[in-house]
Amino acid sequence: MSLTDTGASERVADHPPPGPGRQRRGLTERLLAVRELSLLIALGALILVTTVRNDRFLSAQSIKDLLLGCAILVILAVGQTLVIVTRNVDLSVGSILGLVAFAAGELFLAAPGTPWPVALLLGVALGALCGAVNGGLIAVAKVPALVITLGTLYAFRGVDYYWAAGRQINAADMPRAFLRLGNQTVLGVPVLFLVALFVVAAVGFYLRSYRSGRELYAIGSEPAAARLSGIPVGRRVFAVFVANGALAGLAGVLYAARFGTLDAAAGSGLELQVVAAAVVGGVAIFGGSGSAYGAALGAVLLTTIGSSLAVLRIDPFWQQAVVGALILAAIGLDRLLALRMAARLRGRSAHGA
Amino acid sequence: MAHDSLYAAPPSGADTEREAGRLAGLRTAVGSWDAAIVAALVVAVLLASLLVQNFASGRNVQFLLLDLVPLALPALPMTLIVITGEIDLSVASMVGLCSTLMGQMWLSTGLSLELICVLVVVIGAALGAVNGVFITGFGLPSLAVTIGTLALYRGLSFVVLGDQAVADFPASWTAAAVQNLPGTSIPAAVVPVLLLALVFGVVLHATPAGRALYAMGNNDEAATFAGVSVARTKFWLFVVSGAVCGLVGIFWTLRYASARGDNATGLELTVVTAVLLGGVSIFGGRGGLLGVVAGVLLLGVLRNALQLADVDANALTIVTGTLLIASVVLPNAVADVRARLHRRRQRAHATAA
Amino acid sequence: MSAYRRGLSVGATALTLTALLLSAACGGTTRENSGTDTGGGAQAGGTANPDAQIKEGLKIAFLPKQVNNPYFTTSDNGGKEAVTGFKGNFKEVGPSEASASSQVSYINTLSQQGMDVIVTSANDPNAICGALNQAKAAGAKIVTFDSDTKPECRQIFVNQVTAQGIAENQVKLISQQIGGEGEIAILSATANATNQNAWIALMKEELKKPEYSKIKLVTVAYGNDDDQKSFQEMQGLLQSYPNLKGVISPTTVGVAAAARYLSGSQYKGKVKLTGLGTPNQMREYIKDGSVDAFALWNPADLGYLAAYAGAALASGQITGAEGDKFKAGKLGEFSVGKDGVVVLGPPTVFDKSNIDQFQF
Repeated sequence: MSLTDTGASERVADHPPPGPGRQRRGLTERLLAVRELSLLIALGALILVTTVRNDRFLSAQSIKDLLLGCAILVILAVGQTLVIVTRNVDLSVGSILGLVAFAAGELFLAAPGTPWPVALLLGVALGALCGAVNGGLIAVAKVPALVITLGTLYAFRGVDYYWAAGRQINAADMPRAFLRLGNQTVLGVPVLFLVALFVVAAVGFYLRSYRSGRELYAIGSEPAAARLSGIPVGRRVFAVFVANGALAGLAGVLYAARFGTLDAAAGSGLELQVVAAAVVGGVAIFGGSGSAYGAALGAVLLTTIGSSLAVLRIDPFWQQAVVGALILAAIGLDRLLALRMAARLRGRSAHGA
Repeated sequence: MAHDSLYAAPPSGADTEREAGRLAGLRTAVGSWDAAIVAALVVAVLLASLLVQNFASGRNVQFLLLDLVPLALPALPMTLIVITGEIDLSVASMVGLCSTLMGQMWLSTGLSLELICVLVVVIGAALGAVNGVFITGFGLPSLAVTIGTLALYRGLSFVVLGDQAVADFPASWTAAAVQNLPGTSIPAAVVPVLLLALVFGVVLHATPAGRALYAMGNNDEAATFAGVSVARTKFWLFVVSGAVCGLVGIFWTLRYASARGDNATGLELTVVTAVLLGGVSIFGGRGGLLGVVAGVLLLGVLRNALQLADVDANALTIVTGTLLIASVVLPNAVADVRARLHRRRQRAHATAA
Repeated sequence: MSAYRRGLSVGATALTLTALLLSAACGGTTRENSGTDTGGGAQAGGTANPDAQIKEGLKIAFLPKQVNNPYFTTSDNGGKEAVTGFKGNFKEVGPSEASASSQVSYINTLSQQGMDVIVTSANDPNAICGALNQAKAAGAKIVTFDSDTKPECRQIFVNQVTAQGIAENQVKLISQQIGGEGEIAILSATANATNQNAWIALMKEELKKPEYSKIKLVTVAYGNDDDQKSFQEMQGLLQSYPNLKGVISPTTVGVAAAARYLSGSQYKGKVKLTGLGTPNQMREYIKDGSVDAFALWNPADLGYLAAYAGAALASGQITGAEGDKFKAGKLGEFSVGKDGVVVLGPPTVFDKSNIDQFQF
């Protein structure tokens, strides 16, 4: 919502539209690199502390489980990054995931012979359709994404509930090949994690190296300026929601493959973790900055915290409180860094002049 | 840049004349929104009384109003907060944490329940103050901060009581929470709600402080120039929101005779829905308390009537989501149509002349 | 600017006043002087007439913990079968999320609609009590199943199984599968789950019997009813105890995760697994030979019995007093135990031969 007094001018300084100001962009990127590095350090420290207490935490199997556990959250966090960078947010991802996961199960029930790649494609398409509903409503009604996606959070979940009508889809209803996808490993690395890695790399590369990717940052930094400089803001924002929906759809199909047991509540409340992962990963909630790599690291960190709390025999009830405290710490830290960066930029331009 | 378009899809087709027309249209549309929502409420009550068996009975009125108390109370400060362009998503978690703290104090401290109640309201205010410090002190977006405290406070409320519940509150107190006013079927708990609604209404609509809130929602900087301390006012709004949540926590605990970590989960979505349905703009600067009270009642009547008519809970989920979307899309659509009509008339006028 | 501050302080004062008003309602109530809460009062009023016929056209409503839970869908369908059988009117309502507060609003609605019987599974043993007592006062009979409320808030609780029954069944199953001797472990839910701990304590008692003297329980692990954690714990057990012969997991999440681990590991068929699971979740692992047999009560029978108990109450056959007897259609005769509890009976054992007959 609103930013206090000085926020606006800083944001312009921090994240200028692409083109001029190459030097500043270098700075911004260094800032992001610092963020990612500090995340890695936090992750390393966490793993170290946990391993000292219980050396099983670093066994091959435990690492495999960790990678498997974070894959779905990583995909969702990367999708959310696309949205948040444009100064929007999508709270309906948990509901989209649930709907697509159930749809995938229903597909195998209705047509048992369906090869899994077809299910995957259909799932992604259904997710993209949900994303298009979000994007379309936002574009047509010109209302904040927060409100629209809060509404579709209810609506998509309601459709899911209505469709499922209290039924459950089980492992036995789905083809073996599909379920194997959920637990198979290649050279000890779960396939799910490889898929997540691919998504991170693709989105990361797109955001960094494509003109339209850079434009997303410009939109998030200063929508009015972005529009004036000829960026098709409406179309980009719509596309971002479709892409995020498609990724949530992908995550939904993978969820079905991994868990094998599906009811209509799959993915309830996931949106909070997804936003938390992105924010902890350095994606600024007011748009214009952040990277897919950071968001992915944020997701890995959150998952690791979950399992190490269990290994350290800390009351699992602390987990949600820790997530909340992390969000606050992360946005507070961002603010601090942004202020210092702004001060440095001011200093530099004063010298230059 | 203050009440800016964070999470808003930037309006497309930025020609100023059209914008001006839209704004004018919007103002009339919003002026009539209060009337529209009250009319909708009357129609809903009439239809429900005619069509739904058992709706128009004293007992049902009691049930309906009791269910509305925990929705109506947080909606009052939320209205003021949203009018200043901020949002508080942590209300439900504050209710939950206040409830479990009340249970824990009752269980283990031997304090009198009267003192505990006062303490709980104070604690609620402190929780709100934490939000306020992060938002106004550190200048962070309220959306991100209160998503963080939503997780943090809910997590802490599980830490306080685990998966246990405290339930041995004195019967005289739990009975008082659901007692009717003598000789009526109106719960006594409605009286403090009405009093508070009156106070909030007077503050918002009949004092300079209230006008200052609108000024802040429309433009922080302008409000600052007008000599209003934006930060301090917003800080106190969040404190009041927390204190009211403390009250709700007490009511919730006594009404259900149960202090549990998951009390009031998800309430924030209903509160935001009611406030938006009541005609408060998510961008800030517009809306009124009458509309919000009518919005709360409308939501309650619809849910109650649909439940009595044996409508599926899943359909209710869809209805809530759709209502939320409709309440933000409709005013914009109406404004759009009006602006278009206005322009056509002007054009017709121009050709005639 | 003092004007708006005055406004705010008016608000703050009003708030404080309201708080004080609330607290002034009673003088100095502490835990010590408050006395115990006795909500419902006398429950077994009137006399039972064992020969009464079940009335036709009874309005019976099922209110599960939540409507989107397959377990409750199955039990409610069992209830529907029973109600249709004795020509009553059945309906199922409930919240889409398992919360006590929304259950209260549904109980109020049902009482408002003049239901004869409300059959419910409580999300909170206390929170729905007030509403149930109001409904009872308005003439409805209250039956709980699966999860009970405080005894004074309902007439009958239909319990799926006794803790003793679970313990006997589980120990017997694992003993049969490992040939009566060797090391076993238990994979439980959370360390503070009351029912799990009661079952585990009774299993330990059961293992002291002479016929189980060659079986040694080496450890209890906790999977927190979380799929991933249970999976991990199962793996940990097999690594830490190379001589392990069998695992008991008396929780549906744990047993499914453990079975999934076994089916993809070298231990498949060598280490035995049993526990409490649903046939749909376990079918896969029974068929591929990872699991020989496991158990659970039949949720459909549970709903069926609860419906009959409600009908018997509403027809005056029973009052909920200890010793009352009633016939529950295809399930035969049941009698009411202490505190109005009716027990469904020993759990059903599922294996290759019968698993395809069950869909839940």
